[in-house]
Amino acid sequence: MSINPEQKIQFSPMHRLQWEEAQQKDVILYPEGMVELNQSSAEILKLCDGTRNLEKIVTDLEEKFSTNGLKNDITSFLDVALNNGWIQQD
Amino acid sequence: MAGSNKTNITPPRWLLAELTYKCPLQCPYCSNPLDYAKHSDEISTDDWKRVLSEARKMGAVQLGFSGGEPLTRQDLPELAKHARELGYYSNLITSGYGLTEEKIIQLKEAGLDHIQVSIQASTQDLNDHLAGTESFAHKKEVARLVKKHGYPMVLCVVIHRENIHQMADILAMAEELGADYLELANTQYYGWAHANRDLLLPTIEQFREAEEIAQAFKEKVAGKMKIYYVVPDFYEDRPKACMNGWGTTFLTITPDGVALPCHSARDLPDLDCPNVNDHSISDIWLESKAFNFFRGNEWMQEPCRSCDEKDKDFGGCRCQAYILTGDVYKTDPVCSKSPDKQVIQEAIDSARKSALSADEKPLIFRNSKNSKAFND
Repeated sequence: MSINPEQKIQFSPMHRLQWEEAQQKDVILYPEGMVELNQSSAEILKLCDGTRNLEKIVTDLEEKFSTNGLKNDITSFLDVALNNGWIQQD
Repeated sequence: MAGSNKTNITPPRWLLAELTYKCPLQCPYCSNPLDYAKHSDEISTDDWKRVLSEARKMGAVQLGFSGGEPLTRQDLPELAKHARELGYYSNLITSGYGLTEEKIIQLKEAGLDHIQVSIQASTQDLNDHLAGTESFAHKKEVARLVKKHGYPMVLCVVIHRENIHQMADILAMAEELGADYLELANTQYYGWAHANRDLLLPTIEQFREAEEIAQAFKEKVAGKMKIYYVVPDFYEDRPKACMNGWGTTFLTITPDGVALPCHSARDLPDLDCPNVNDHSISDIWLESKAFNFFRGNEWMQEPCRSCDEKDKDFGGCRCQAYILTGDVYKTDPVCSKSPDKQVIQEAIDSARKSALSADEKPLIFRNSKNSKAFND
């Protein structure tokens, strides 16, 4: 599976993304498991709220961090996220 | 005792809250202690709330409400709500007995994250025989309702000689019920399962066949259903990395408030496991004798001490070493490097002999009457 660039992306309702104070990082929680996220992965996932497609996520992040050329990194991370069931496209 | 360096202690991540030893089922492989009937006290709702708060503050995030059957505690929705407010990811580990649609909705509103339903077999006769109650039809209904109300649905089936021949049917049942996760838990031989081991331990041929079926299914459902396969360590060459290392990750609290580094540790000698009535979770985790007992690897004997895999499996399971060799410090005898490895072969041979004998003794079911007999 890989990301459909047209479709909007939303975080899976079967997982929870939250900030862990004790670990000072964002994590994904699901039955019997937890994934610790680095800052950039967490920033990407926070934008998967069902209102943005791939291009919009890239634009918003490039704007937020005043940079460009993020598209390849973001796309490959979102493919991983999709295959792990962390995000979905309807 | 490990002279542990306190600066190296990691915080707890998983909290197993065993709310009660009461259970309407009588599974003969139950992981509760054999003498559970003598520990009939239960800590209060306020005690549990304090335990949840203190453990969360240290960093615990995965929470299992277990038992016994946790639904027998009337304060479960209140505890689920408290857990959600604290930011736990909470799981109800249940037989499904007594779980109605109304309760499923109530727990969802309280903030419970997921429900793990156990099913004993793929057929009504065997399920009800193993559970000691008529429960099969209701369990399947509960699984459907859990799904209907938007919880991730986790199905748990404990595998042993009485049901291992049903592996293909068990997998088909999980698929039909729409399980998001399936836990195939090969029986671990502690507590009641240890007492019934001759009747529960499958042969290696049965294991291999079932494993092959499960592996093929896992590939077929990849992306739709996630399978957790708890390995049958009696047929492995290396021990499990029990609890991810002693006192590193897991914290169990028993119904009467005893804090354990693993849920079987109540049966180990000389640990002096602390009670939450007397100590804070922080003191228990950082300072108590029990939680420091096997931290690090200073406690190890040979062959573990000089083994280049000791940081991978931590010498295996302390409870298994104790049950099978009488010495808690020994290498888990599952390991092929263990000088006690023959006790595993003896257990396998004994179970095979029992399976072939004409007058196999009956299973000892987990209930108060049998538990009290173990106290005598």
